[in-house]
Amino acid sequence: MEDVKKKELLSVYSGEAEQPFEWSAGKYVSRFLVEMRDNKRLVGCKCPKCKKVLVPPRRVCGECFVQMDEIVTLSGEGSLYSFTVLNFGFVDPDTGIQRPVPYTCANIALDGTDCTWAHYLEETDPAKIKIGMRLRPVWEENRRGHLLDIKHFVPVEGK
Amino acid sequence: MDKVGIVGVGQTKYERKKVGETFFDMIYEVTVKALDDAGLTIDDIDNVITVSNDFWDGRTISSMAVQDACGSRHKDISTVEGDGVYGAFYGAMRVLSGSFGTTLVVAHNKCSQSRMNQITNAMFDPIYTRALGLDAITSSAMQARAYMDAFGITAEQFARVSVKNHKNAKNNPLAQIALDLTVEDVLKSRLLADPLRLLDASPITDGAAAVIWANEAAARKAKKAPVWMKGVGHMSDAYHLGDRDLARSPALVGAAGKAYAMAGIDDPLKQLDVAEIYDAFSYMELMWYEGLGFCPEGGGGKLMDAGVTQMGGDLPVNPSGGCLSANAVLVAGLARLIECVLQVRGEAAGRQVKDCSTALAHGINGPCGQSHCVMVMGK
Amino acid sequence: MGKRVAIVGTGQTKASSGRKDVNGQEMINEAVMKALAEAELTRDDIDAVIIGNMDHFEGINYVDTWSVDGSGGFMKPIMKVTTGGTTGTTVAMAAYYHVASGLFDKVLAIGWEKNSESDTTGAIITAFEPIVDRPTFGGAVGGLAVMANRYMHDWGATQEDAARVAVRDRQHALNNPNAHLRIDINIDDVMKSPMISWPIKYLDMCPRTDAACAVIFASEDYAEKICPKPAWVLGTTNRHNFTFIGDPSFRTMITLEECAKALYPRIGITEPLKQFDVMELYLPSSFAGVQWIEALGLCKNGGGPELIASGATNMGGECPINPSGGVLSSNPIGATGLLRVAEGALQIMGRADKRQVPGAKTALSSGFGGCYWSDLMAFSAKKPN
Repeated sequence: MEDVKKKELLSVYSGEAEQPFEWSAGKYVSRFLVEMRDNKRLVGCKCPKCKKVLVPPRRVCGECFVQMDEIVTLSGEGSLYSFTVLNFGFVDPDTGIQRPVPYTCANIALDGTDCTWAHYLEETDPAKIKIGMRLRPVWEENRRGHLLDIKHFVPVEGK
Repeated sequence: MDKVGIVGVGQTKYERKKVGETFFDMIYEVTVKALDDAGLTIDDIDNVITVSNDFWDGRTISSMAVQDACGSRHKDISTVEGDGVYGAFYGAMRVLSGSFGTTLVVAHNKCSQSRMNQITNAMFDPIYTRALGLDAITSSAMQARAYMDAFGITAEQFARVSVKNHKNAKNNPLAQIALDLTVEDVLKSRLLADPLRLLDASPITDGAAAVIWANEAAARKAKKAPVWMKGVGHMSDAYHLGDRDLARSPALVGAAGKAYAMAGIDDPLKQLDVAEIYDAFSYMELMWYEGLGFCPEGGGGKLMDAGVTQMGGDLPVNPSGGCLSANAVLVAGLARLIECVLQVRGEAAGRQVKDCSTALAHGINGPCGQSHCVMVMGK
Repeated sequence: MGKRVAIVGTGQTKASSGRKDVNGQEMINEAVMKALAEAELTRDDIDAVIIGNMDHFEGINYVDTWSVDGSGGFMKPIMKVTTGGTTGTTVAMAAYYHVASGLFDKVLAIGWEKNSESDTTGAIITAFEPIVDRPTFGGAVGGLAVMANRYMHDWGATQEDAARVAVRDRQHALNNPNAHLRIDINIDDVMKSPMISWPIKYLDMCPRTDAACAVIFASEDYAEKICPKPAWVLGTTNRHNFTFIGDPSFRTMITLEECAKALYPRIGITEPLKQFDVMELYLPSSFAGVQWIEALGLCKNGGGPELIASGATNMGGECPINPSGGVLSSNPIGATGLLRVAEGALQIMGRADKRQVPGAKTALSSGFGGCYWSDLMAFSAKKPN
């Protein structure tokens, strides 16, 4: 195979193919998004067995294997459980657009819930972010029923 | 082989588009149904096997979407990406290993969500074949033509499969498409890719299914008598279509041979009471008759014409309506297995095969039925 | 009752950032041929094949049927098992259960990935729920970083503590000719490397790699005939508990802790640090290397930094971790978990060359992936009862 070694190693490019998907949000996520869009408010759901409140709302409590029908309104405020500031961009497969860097992903313990919830923080300097700090959401004026109807979270003033 | 049997089954209604439901909703539905059917609780389930496919779901690690829906938290869990019968086989092996008394196997698919031709095009080799635009329909059409040429099978004989299975579906409340057809209707339906017409092809389907395996000890807790796995085999042919004799299915012969040997079957036509086989396209049912040894090579059309595989015939095939009536890819093989269980239990009201004690379930993977999995179930 | 199962041969390709000289099937075949050669078996001896990878990295649907030329699956039973990052270990488990069921005697497990063929992070993002998780997802490294950050907050661990793990694994890789990254680094190098996702820096994090790994599992009826020192599978378990990014707390690596608590009593382990001679753990970041060993019971919660600093987990220590260089040195995602299994088994089989822990009789391999999921498989030189 001497000749092969002398030639280029080719690759086959798939091209810019897109594959559209139409995922059903389901009852629970639909309610979650509608509350965000119409009422600027976050909701979770409560398990009738273990009484834990989870966000995002989902149909079945993973621990108890029981359907959760109780929707709980949340204040939207919470404490910072953890965060990271990302310095690398990648092409978001949903938008096809490279995310601008740096950006801060955070796990937020929303008041009244028993898990954490991931979203962005406005602040991107790690020195200015403290685990445990109190946070509140900043809502977009024009909302469409999407996770990013909340632009990001910012510190609650004076806390 | 130790005994392992199915003690619970559940299926959704198969539909063209389940708009209001997520994968999670469908899996929760069938898990609850299977548990109710078995008279067991989620705590009686020792481990879980899920069946899903990243391309159809539009999610890598597609198993992640359904875990809580099948009660898998704090349990061993794994995922087979392939037809449901393969997943069911893995679930049975986990019981046979002695590590678990029960396995819950669930499968889901929402074929309505994206583009079937793009998804099935992705099974072709990206270097040599994909750019040709082959998909499940066009590649199967080539196989159908090769089969016709090799053995003189006719479009009418294909059509008879469609007539039979769509009519059988009338007795299956969960089937998607039940129709009273004539051979003419099939031959006049829209041409998809020569020689395959619309009514030769399975529909686009959303659905999910679940089965619960149990060993002898765990089965005692279940409501109903288990339907035992008597024999099983799987095997894959070559990959590139040009490396295969598309008119024949040696991998099916191999898979069935293993299953039959384990089950003590040397005359399938006599010893099987019913068969549920993967008719993704009408011609496939005829080809699989041959691979399964129901007739000699090339004899699929003749067997169909003789009426042997009709309801009331010597070996009814696809009393459920088969894949032609509902084909949630991946789920469909599990649906075949579930129908076998219902038949052996005597619970297939309206389409019950008389004195049914031994049933055969069959599923396929890959282009043109490259890989086959055969399971023989019985009392 | 089930059969006892042992690993009798392994093969792996030289891991690299881009194997442009082979296509996927060819790369798989390299590993398979090596495993067969090591076990002195041929394709005819193999009763079944299980293969796994993470689909969106190569964009091939039905990888099991696609692979047959390379995997040896032609006219054989073959199926695909896939669970994201844990794929390699779940493929190993599938092979184990195929043999333990009594239905197959010699089974080939294959894990592979050609990460160079796609955008790794773009593909990983699609693992998460499209509507409520994906829009704000930070990639695999983001998920690991938030856990690391919380760990430092809870226990006062430092970035230097984590850097020590990076130095250990990369030093170990210098003994492994198959490793992707083989770099002689120190703590300073790690601390000076670019910050990718706070607090994880470039040298704290695993690469993306092209490689394939093949492992042959055999039943008790054949294992000793094939291999002089088979690596008997003592037991295996996994926990893939979580679905949404915010589901787990980070008080420890919960799923790994749960696996250890389920597995150890079954196999008679009460003091893992003492009783295991070597471990090959799926630690995708240096911080994981500090925190997750606590979940395995090697030390108490918060005790990771001290244990690492003591040298107990270095070659020559009480329980070397990742003599192969671990995931920080090679990360061909679908193969990574299987490499942990292969490397653990190689230690028992006495075939680990320059990275051999002398006299290793018990080994533990772990897998990680998905939403903070864990897999475990333990091996012994002694046939289980």
